[in-house]
Amino acid sequence: MEWETVIGLEIHAQLKTRSKIFSGASTAYGAEPNTQACTVDLGLPGVLPVLNKEVVRMATKFGLAIGAEVARKSVFARKNYFYPDLPKGYQISQFELPVVKAGTLTITLDDGETKVIGVTRAHLEEDAGKSLHEDFHGMTGIDLNRAGTPLLEIVSEPDMRSAREAVAYMRKIHSLVQYLDICDGNMQEGSFRCDANVSVRPKGQEAFGTRTEIKNINSFRFVERAINYEVQRQIDLIEDGGEVVQETRLYDPDRNETRSMRSKEEANDYRYFPDPDLLPLVIEPEFIEQVKKEMPELPDEKKARFESEHGLSSYDANVLIASRATADYFEAVVAELGGEAKLVANWMNGELAARLNRDAIEIEQAPVSADAFAGLLRRIVDNTISGKIAKEVFDAMWNGEGSADEIIDSRGLKQITDSGAIEAIIDNVIANNPSQVEQYRGGQAKLLGYFVGQVMKATQGKANPAQVNQILKQKLDS
Amino acid sequence: MLMSLDAEQVARIAYLARLQIDSEAIPDYARNLSAILDFVEQMNAVDTSGIEPMAHPQDVSQRLRDDVVTESNQRDLFQQIAPATENGLYLVPKVIE
Repeated sequence: MEWETVIGLEIHAQLKTRSKIFSGASTAYGAEPNTQACTVDLGLPGVLPVLNKEVVRMATKFGLAIGAEVARKSVFARKNYFYPDLPKGYQISQFELPVVKAGTLTITLDDGETKVIGVTRAHLEEDAGKSLHEDFHGMTGIDLNRAGTPLLEIVSEPDMRSAREAVAYMRKIHSLVQYLDICDGNMQEGSFRCDANVSVRPKGQEAFGTRTEIKNINSFRFVERAINYEVQRQIDLIEDGGEVVQETRLYDPDRNETRSMRSKEEANDYRYFPDPDLLPLVIEPEFIEQVKKEMPELPDEKKARFESEHGLSSYDANVLIASRATADYFEAVVAELGGEAKLVANWMNGELAARLNRDAIEIEQAPVSADAFAGLLRRIVDNTISGKIAKEVFDAMWNGEGSADEIIDSRGLKQITDSGAIEAIIDNVIANNPSQVEQYRGGQAKLLGYFVGQVMKATQGKANPAQVNQILKQKLDS
Repeated sequence: MLMSLDAEQVARIAYLARLQIDSEAIPDYARNLSAILDFVEQMNAVDTSGIEPMAHPQDVSQRLRDDVVTESNQRDLFQQIAPATENGLYLVPKVIE
């Protein structure tokens, strides 16, 4: 039987505020345990939460970016459950009336195809603390620094039909929240994480199959793997005559499998009710108008501009706008070079991307700055070095050996553009390869590449390739 | 309509609220809780269509604070009342999920 996968994602984006959602404690990452947990975060008796204005502004920005209605009135509710890293015994969240209503997002797949994904809602809530299960004499350690950190939970419609679509959607949200400057997107630190709701159904069937929820996936790679594993597990189960049980599952990246965490029967009944400590949140139209004026250029707008202003292909533009940092890097290099957008795009999407990938780092951590990168490309543009030599120089720059000009100088890589010198080398190559010359003249035009190779070898790749080609042809064809 | 909770539902409610109750007390709890639900059920008879639900008894909205860090580290003070701490962490009986 042919199966269809149905996926919906719940993404938690940690909002980039200085203080917590309901208290004046700091949200800075990596502090000593419990040094940023105040009376409100600890849930001590007699304290009252007061909502952070910046959190409201950030949620509004997100709502505007996905074309959603920002609720004039939304309500905070208590989600009740017991866990030691949740001192109050409830999490303050939003339930029936979220701050951001339905919107949409367009994703672009690898083959350039686009698809519109529905966003059901986005609501504000507080994060819990952290439990450390290492052995403290048979006890669990609790760090409440993270308790009360503001989160925006973004819930999608079950609109995705493959793990690849889910990853494309997650990447798009990841890029969007960074463009909006409302989340740092740092997945290692848990600032951006996702739960995936996954089910399968026979192709053509309208009713959804029973879904499972995979919790707390914190990388793009794991989302794809976890979903693919879970889809296959469900199909195998049904084809063997079994039934999918609605449950929460955990993804184990080391074993690449999902494991049952708790079934629906054991699941919490959260007993949501409006939090009496907090009044309804009212967002006035004037506030929304003001936020509208502060909106930055969004990825889709930037892509259109890169295509029209810089003449980039849709593919190149799409890769470059994927993160705000990448787009900024590109624009900085182009500004420094005064143009050459196509060359910059090729080098960024090729050589630069390959090195980032190899070292598993983001462009923000690249050892070669936009300025330094422009310095390298400038030497290709002015014919000081060939593209091939430039790769060698780039490697050296990546290893911290200096600027492009310093490396070209110290290694003597300056391109040979003196046509007299090139001619002499070519004459030598022709004289040393009489049989190849004969074959070439006999009609084997492909051998031109062989001669180019010999000349490059003789000059350690420093001869200007265009000149070599031209002079070689002249001499061989005469 | 009379709401009537059975013993199993009472045990589940107690579990979710982390309340330890004696099994012989369950019939009493079931009767009392059912009476409360019946009372709520009576209110359902009132026609509330067209009335906007209230999230709060007062018709006022949430005051907002500026995003400023106002709290300093008072860990030592707070941890004085904690039964067990180590390396700045609060210690609780082992939880494994």
